[in-house]
Amino acid sequence: MAFDYVRATKYFLLFDYIKGFQLGFKYFFAPKPTLNYPHEKGYLSPRFRGEHALRRYPNGEERCIACKLCEAVCPAQAITIDAEPRDDGSRRTTRYDIDMTKCIYCGFCQEACPVDAIVEGPNFEFATENREELFYDKEKLLDNGDRWEAEIARNLEMDAPYR
Amino acid sequence: MAEFLTTPLGIFVLIFSQVLAIIAFVMISLLFLVWGDRKIWAAVQMRKGPNVVGAYGLLQSVADALKYVVKEVVIPAGSDKPLFVLAPMLAFVMSMLTWAVLPFNEGWVLADLNVAVLYVFAISGLEVYGVIIGGWASNSKYPFLGAMRSAAQMISYEVSIGLILIGIIISTGSLNFSDIVRAQDGNYGFFSWYWLPHFPMVILFFISALAETNRPPFDLPEAESELVAGYQVEYSATMFLLFMAGEYIAIFMMCALMSVLFFGGWLSPIPGLPDGVLWMFGKMVIFFFIFAMVKAITPRYRYDQLMRIGWKVFLPLSLAWVVFVAFMAHFGAFGGAYARWAVGG
Repeated sequence: MAFDYVRATKYFLLFDYIKGFQLGFKYFFAPKPTLNYPHEKGYLSPRFRGEHALRRYPNGEERCIACKLCEAVCPAQAITIDAEPRDDGSRRTTRYDIDMTKCIYCGFCQEACPVDAIVEGPNFEFATENREELFYDKEKLLDNGDRWEAEIARNLEMDAPYR
Repeated sequence: MAEFLTTPLGIFVLIFSQVLAIIAFVMISLLFLVWGDRKIWAAVQMRKGPNVVGAYGLLQSVADALKYVVKEVVIPAGSDKPLFVLAPMLAFVMSMLTWAVLPFNEGWVLADLNVAVLYVFAISGLEVYGVIIGGWASNSKYPFLGAMRSAAQMISYEVSIGLILIGIIISTGSLNFSDIVRAQDGNYGFFSWYWLPHFPMVILFFISALAETNRPPFDLPEAESELVAGYQVEYSATMFLLFMAGEYIAIFMMCALMSVLFFGGWLSPIPGLPDGVLWMFGKMVIFFFIFAMVKAITPRYRYDQLMRIGWKVFLPLSLAWVVFVAFMAHFGAFGGAYARWAVGG
């Protein structure tokens, strides 16, 4: 085997390290992609599937008609619905629970819903200190809907041409 | 006041305050070195690094140190308790002791020993005991493996560091750090320092210093991918802090040694500008920057590669260099560049 003079010279002159140092130095001044998370936030797609919300019509009437399509389609069986006719004869839910610890955020409930009542909003910062707080009931979901309505409506509108 | 300082009590107070000043300097710079290390490492990896505690995250190390201090000290049931507690203290104290003989400026030295080079060499030889005792007393497999590796590694590289130091000593004719710096004072500023006549040894010394202080790419005693954290596995809270601090102090000491031995300590690199302690600090910080960059750009060596470099490359090279320097010094070659004692420079 012939002696590789080039390789031996490079080894003794620490060629690789000088090159590595140059490269390291180049990246030292490169712009950093880091976001200072709680202060800066990244871009979210209109299709982002975050925390669930139950929406209302502009007149304040809740959209959900208790058809139970979301309950049926839910692959994790995280949704539980009970329904009864209301005093005015319309069909409404008496109970609409989502177990957020079971939910896999697939978005099937949103796709199954004929009246755009249950949606997955843009909020992903809903960590809690205990498990029980993640068992969402109807009140909590409607409250989410009221809080995030502006963002949800905008996202639905932006995504509408592709649906 | 001047009279008081000649009494035994006065001398004690003077030396004690000097010791405190050096400890304060080392500890405060330690906080910012750890921060700088993390920042440099992060920047090369296109991250921002610590930037929350204080402006630019400057106080991150203070927060970390406080956290370590208030955490619970865990001593494993199977460990050798006295040795387990002794090891981190030993590592910290030994790395602190070397600063006693380091000159920061003309006359700014705590103990102006005639055998300062030997002293530093001996103390840094003892530093390995902190690691070995820690690994042994943990009574656990990974720490023990880490300690074994560390022992072999540090002893191997001390050999080549010793031979490099002999070259410097031959050129200077003294074992005193202040004399070594004074011998580098010349008319050409930057180019009259030892790095030029002893050029290859600067790089050898730097690499040996990496191995001696268990820095990447030679951090095999810790090697988190193989040994979890090596000899530090069982350590927590203040004891871990002491190990960590000892390691960084040793690294900073190596930066100081680089600047004293090869880069003229407190001497100004440009002829005409005043010498001073700021040059010394500046040089130390620059070398620490290179230490941090090396950590960021190099992968870890395999253990047999480490040993091969130590014994088959560094040892013959530095040994040959000692012979070369002795030869050059004896015949006063290059206008006495290798024998400052002979030309009175």
